[in-house]
Amino acid sequence: MAQKSYRQAINEALHAEMARDPNVILMGEDLTGGAGGSGVQDAWGGPFGVTRGLLGAYGPERVRDTPISEAAFIGAAAGAALTGLRPVAEIMFIDFLGVCFDQIMNQAAKFRYMFGGRARTPLVIRATYGAGTRAGSQHTQALHPILTHIPGLKVVMPSTPYDAKGLLIQAIRDDDPVMFLEHKMLYDMVGEVPDRSYTIPFAEARVVRDGKDVLLIGLGRMAHIAEAAAEELARNGISACVIDPRTTSPLDVETLVEFAEKIGRVVIVDEANPRCSVAADISAILCEQCFDALKGPIRMVTAPHTPVPYAPNLEDAYIPSAARVVEAAQSLLRTR
Amino acid sequence: MSALQFPRERIIGIYRSMRLIRRFEERLMEEMSTGDIPGNTHLYAGQEASAVGVCLALREDDYISSTHRGHGHSIAKGCEIDAMMAELFGRATGTCAGKGGSQHIADLRKGMLGANGIVAGGAPITCGAALSAKLRGTEQVAVAFAGDGAMNEGVMAESFNLAKIWMLPIIFVIENNGYGEATANAHVSAGSFTRRAEGYDIPTDEVDGTDVFAVYEATRVAVERARTGGGPTLLHIHVPRYFGHYSGDPDTYRSADEKGEMRKNRDCLRLFRSRVEGAALLEGADLDQVEAEVEDQINQAVAAARAAPRPDAAALHTDVYVKYM
Ligand SMILES: Cc1ncc(C[n+]2csc(CCOP(=O)(O)OP(=O)(O)O)c2C)c(N)n1
Ligand SMILES: [Mg+2]
Repeated sequence: MAQKSYRQAINEALHAEMARDPNVILMGEDLTGGAGGSGVQDAWGGPFGVTRGLLGAYGPERVRDTPISEAAFIGAAAGAALTGLRPVAEIMFIDFLGVCFDQIMNQAAKFRYMFGGRARTPLVIRATYGAGTRAGSQHTQALHPILTHIPGLKVVMPSTPYDAKGLLIQAIRDDDPVMFLEHKMLYDMVGEVPDRSYTIPFAEARVVRDGKDVLLIGLGRMAHIAEAAAEELARNGISACVIDPRTTSPLDVETLVEFAEKIGRVVIVDEANPRCSVAADISAILCEQCFDALKGPIRMVTAPHTPVPYAPNLEDAYIPSAARVVEAAQSLLRTR
Repeated sequence: MSALQFPRERIIGIYRSMRLIRRFEERLMEEMSTGDIPGNTHLYAGQEASAVGVCLALREDDYISSTHRGHGHSIAKGCEIDAMMAELFGRATGTCAGKGGSQHIADLRKGMLGANGIVAGGAPITCGAALSAKLRGTEQVAVAFAGDGAMNEGVMAESFNLAKIWMLPIIFVIENNGYGEATANAHVSAGSFTRRAEGYDIPTDEVDGTDVFAVYEATRVAVERARTGGGPTLLHIHVPRYFGHYSGDPDTYRSADEKGEMRKNRDCLRLFRSRVEGAALLEGADLDQVEAEVEDQINQAVAAARAAPRPDAAALHTDVYVKYM
């Protein structure tokens, strides 16, 4: 199977769906990069080079470079979705949700229910998230908890190139608004990605590795941190199971409960801030549904309750590390 | 008084500020390649006459808010070079103790209300500063810097309206460098920026941002209006952007011709030199001396930043209201 980057996997999914369905259109800032300039067109191929080549293949009617007007173009994408198109809009950094949240939270997310089930909103909003880029407090957040909280939104957080392609195709074919969150630190990650189109259903967690002593649940990029921790634990004779939920809404509660019951010790790893987070939510669900099977408290390894700092030594300390996950797992194993 | 009639020392000061900004930015571009400066940064080189001309018309206690491209505004408003450089290196001695970085440099003691990582994020905050000055009766004015790209955020329009109905002592300075990131402004902006403001009955001016004297003059008029209860003004200042959008931008979306022409004909430092030498206000030697002094200052700032300590690990958890875990 072909080795491709996370970036390339997303690009392929967009290509495939645009070729398959003329109603799929793209919009976002610098989606091509170079529009109206005196030099190269499609110069950036998107702020992170994800949308390169789509302009050449599908033209400026379907690949639209927008003004810096997130509220307007995200809302326009929602309206276009409501009336027959299948737009994929891009918010360059998830932090910019702040300037367009009404169109997502009060508009797109509400149509289907509020209009008595008579509306379809096949909208995908792609956004980058996550720390590690030395970009300061307003370009690094992990805001999936805010989105997961809202009924009417689906929230997808692929952690591998394979998942990115399959989940994005699924998202584009889905008839509801989907927030598709891409971790900036994963764009260069390479993995096996088939050339053909395929879908990965939502609410199907991926068992990254099986194990019997402790269950590590890692969200988005944190699946890799959990995996690294599992390897370290294995060297110390501890068998850790790692699960990547892949979508936080809908959430694969069944699989999480099944493994939590079987293993009895749970560590949840999430890059978001801890309060009212997906980690806290999963912890609550597991406590509610399999309390008797738990051999100790559920541990959360998350970012602290602070903004993301700029200085590299502080930012590194902000992001959950494999060492902290190992420590949490070991402390759980000591409790009984 | 036109800035051309300023005392000699003050005219030298104009050049010093512009040169400081230029060399600060050029040096940053070089230092980025050493890997010692984390992340990326947006450089202000080419636009110096705008920040310096505007701030020249301000009092020390007036307010400014800036953008992601904020180093020039900060320097022009009097922020310390050493602290700014240390911030960029992510050190504890930085303007924000290393926690902010390039896009969040702020110095409230200097009336610098912060660069901003959110395009157009500063405009409403600056309306608030202007309201505060007005209600406190201090006669301070507030300047909101924003780019051409920012003009398409809805919050700009909301800020214009608010500023006018409340007759706030504010000046919106729109620095038009022709691009928002890699996208040409003409591709994404309808109508005219000044006419947008005029729709709210806000007085406007179109200004050549390579001419520091013209920028000063336009700002002086706006400041006078603001201080005397005349309300907001919008200045549309045309500037070149020397580097790519950010330090790592290959900048291939602008032709070699466009970039060459810009550097050849729209260099505000070179234009300043020929202007003041031509008018026999200063001699070349005066300016050469300024350049040497600026060079020393930048060298010292870089050396000090490199030698400065990184933030203490405990700083991760400070400056918050509540702590969990
Ligand atoms: C709300 C928001 N949208 C998008 C961005 C990404 N971004 C950063 S700078 C920039 C271009 C801004 O253009 P302009 O206002 O002309 O300022 P310039 O960079 O030219 O100085 C964009 C789109 C952002 N930081 N904030
Ligand atoms: Mg611009």
